[in-house]
Amino acid sequence: MSDLTYTIIFYLFAAITVFSAAFVVFSRNIIYSAFSLLFTFFGAAALYVFLSADFIAVTQVVVYVGGILVLLLFGVMFTNKVMGNRLMTDVQNLLPGIIILVAVAVGLIYVFVVQADWYTAGMLQGSVVERIGVETMSRYVLPFEMASILLLLALVGAAFLARFDKVHNNER
Amino acid sequence: MDVVTHIGLTHYLVISAMLFAFGLFAVVTRKNAIVILMGVELMLNAANINFLAFSKYNGGMEGVMFSLFVIVLAAAEAAIALAIIINIYKTFNTVDVSSIDSMKE
Repeated sequence: MSDLTYTIIFYLFAAITVFSAAFVVFSRNIIYSAFSLLFTFFGAAALYVFLSADFIAVTQVVVYVGGILVLLLFGVMFTNKVMGNRLMTDVQNLLPGIIILVAVAVGLIYVFVVQADWYTAGMLQGSVVERIGVETMSRYVLPFEMASILLLLALVGAAFLARFDKVHNNER
Repeated sequence: MDVVTHIGLTHYLVISAMLFAFGLFAVVTRKNAIVILMGVELMLNAANINFLAFSKYNGGMEGVMFSLFVIVLAAAEAAIALAIIINIYKTFNTVDVSSIDSMKE
């Protein structure tokens, strides 16, 4: 792949990510926000491929698009009267929000681009799938086990919190 | 011109800074709890892009591993947050965070 093609494809995915993220935030309709979030997640996954983290990109698509986004859409459908035109979200603190948006964006970009003096110690090359497997079972085995226990606890807790409340319904 | 055409570390950092700012904006200004959750997910994605960018231009595996753990934690967080939001909706009949002002019905 030539250098120019690489650059153009990178900017394409960067634009998809940033503009769909902006649409998530500025759209008043929750359904539009949720579907725009889909493009943000896919754009981020494409950027992960550019960063030679192919396994993370696939995980991003499976977990975020297949899991979290579906959960969010379920949440939207459960908590709104879809037929009753109540899918809008109200806005509060608009002026402080815009001030924070501009301040954080400009400040971070200033620090990242102008202030910081990054140096490259060596590039990550090729596929990372095999190295992730080795690292998970050697250096990161404790965080891996802790993450598995945390996931189990979180799923049991979520099922407990969202369960059908029999006693409550009988009282009504 | 070389800065624009030659993709380097700063390009990814700029994208992640913008994603983070958008996520923070959603958390600050939206009233619907689900859109606030979307803002949190945007911020987590921004952190992930940073982790992977630093990992790529450092040659180490630390960022890749931690971005994997961030994705795991984001999944757990979304499940718990939606369970809480559905309970809030059952109790208050709304998910408008500015009108939820008591701990029980």
